[in-house]
Amino acid sequence: MSMFQIFNISGSAVSAQSQRLNVVASNLANVDTVAGPDRQPYKARQVTFQTAMVGARDDMTAAGVRVAQVSEDQSPGRRVLDPKNPQADADGYVTYSNVSAVEEMVNMISASRSYQNNIEVMNTAKTLLLKTLQLGNS
Amino acid sequence: MLNRLTDSLNFQAQALSLRSERQRLLASNIANADTPGYQARDIDFSRALREATGDLPVMPAMTTTQSGHMSPPAGALADSQKLFSQPAQTNLDSNTVDMDRERANFVDNTVKYEATLRFINGQVRTTLDAMKPVNAA
Repeated sequence: MSMFQIFNISGSAVSAQSQRLNVVASNLANVDTVAGPDRQPYKARQVTFQTAMVGARDDMTAAGVRVAQVSEDQSPGRRVLDPKNPQADADGYVTYSNVSAVEEMVNMISASRSYQNNIEVMNTAKTLLLKTLQLGNS
Repeated sequence: MLNRLTDSLNFQAQALSLRSERQRLLASNIANADTPGYQARDIDFSRALREATGDLPVMPAMTTTQSGHMSPPAGALADSQKLFSQPAQTNLDSNTVDMDRERANFVDNTVKYEATLRFINGQVRTTLDAMKPVNAA
């Protein structure tokens, strides 16, 4: 019955949103990391979603979602003048990561809303299917 | 002869099957709320029900003519019956899912699914009651 597919669809969405939350957590944890000797600071990561078919092999109407790739933001890191820092380069600048805390918080809120919505869809589908099993019982 | 007993259930059974198909479509929309380029889809329920019960001619569904073709699952709607939702606001990543409208449609469809279940139950109980012997006074 087609309603069982809802668990596949919403399950894939929940998994994708939780990967997005993982990426947000990684970014926020690395807000203040400093470029090491290789001069490469932490670059903020982003997930890209893509529609994925989660039904059986010949079912083309169950449109779930998956993470297509995790890409790194290539904009330059924040440079702060701090000659006393042991990591400072020849000019006295220290390069921090390019993570924007505000953007990450917005991402986190959006991801958690989507996560909750999909959990609600799964619960509703489960309730309806259980009621359908009671069909005919007086 | 026995199918005359259950013919009255056909309409509601068809409606139930369509409701669950629409539930799946709406769940797909909600799951893809953040996917760039995704187009939200829905069905015109009354029209689909009329087509399924034979009141309206049905547009041809997908057929498989070669061995490599994938076949649609039983009960699935033809792609031509699924309409695209008009987005209320434009979106930078051309995603047309309006979360509020999808949630409202989902709740609406859930209630109507339960209503259909109750109608079926009522009809089943009526049929069973008609088969019970009359209690001698």
